Amino acid sequence: MADVFDRVKKIIVDQLDVEESKVTMEASFKDDLEADSLDVVELVMELEDEFDMEIADEEAEKINTVGDAVEYINSQS
Amino acid sequence: MSLLKGKTILIMGVANERSIAWGITKSLHNAGANLIFTNRQERSYRKLTKLLEKHNIEPTLMVTCDVASDDSIQAAFQKIKEKVGVIHGVVHSVAFANREELQGEYADTSREGFLLAQEISAYSLVAVTRAAKEVMTEGGSIVTQTYLGAERVIKDYNVMGVAKASLEASVRYLAEDVGKYGIRVNAVSAGPIRTLSAKGVSGFNEKFSVIEEKAPLRQNVDQDQVGDATLFFVSDLSRGVSGDVLHVDSGFHIIGG
Repeated sequence: MADVFDRVKKIIVDQLDVEESKVTMEASFKDDLEADSLDVVELVMELEDEFDMEIADEEAEKINTVGDAVEYINSQS
Repeated sequence: MSLLKGKTILIMGVANERSIAWGITKSLHNAGANLIFTNRQERSYRKLTKLLEKHNIEPTLMVTCDVASDDSIQAAFQKIKEKVGVIHGVVHSVAFANREELQGEYADTSREGFLLAQEISAYSLVAVTRAAKEVMTEGGSIVTQTYLGAERVIKDYNVMGVAKASLEASVRYLAEDVGKYGIRVNAVSAGPIRTLSAKGVSGFNEKFSVIEEKAPLRQNVDQDQVGDATLFFVSDLSRGVSGDVLHVDSGFHIIGG
């Protein structure tokens, strides 16, 4: 779990240019990390590459928080 | 290669490393061009700066330009005129549509969504060409990016297909306008590439397998291929070509079924 979280966190810090401390499991991409809709699409693509997986549009729409992303990735591996 | 040595080219539309405009950046940089970049907002400025540093590309100039605003376009080209003087080419790789309208039925497109897609994806080339010709006093080349969805129905491409049709028609009318100033206008119609924009189109992943199965070359295209085709249009190699659309799609557009 920690491993996936750390990898996800690194991508978020890189992509959204935010402080590491702001990236918690509860943090919402749109409200807490100030991501717009394009940022979220970009993040999904980065996650797909990092974890070598395809995230379907319907699934991607349900990812609102950092925790949602980590849980989705864990559920696929 | 030094096809573009001493030439200054403006590139609009680098969002990230996957952008078609980034493939073009690499091709033009390797051909010796001086590059000017536009960015839309503060954060994209920082991202682009980081990306350029990583690849050891030193931009001649960076300017903020929001193509939704005539004032912003005016200010950007004013800055280019002051700091650089003359440019020899513009790479336009910009488009936008609401994600909800890149799926389902085209007939459901809203009035606002239709106008937004037209404004950002097609009118932007018109406005940019008008401004660019003032700083392209030695002639040159303007190149934009289109897609087969402009000519044929491609599932879910919808409002963007219509915007690209408008863009391609604009290429022809603009080519006639600025040809007398020694400026050429052309478009590259690339096959599907996994970019940020493509990801916005519902079910885009399925389009890759179609190219692999049916296109004469049996393989997908990438940003570097589009970059080299754009280099051809920007350089004097294509000096006899204007108002054209070149398909860089492994030949897929010739296939009827």
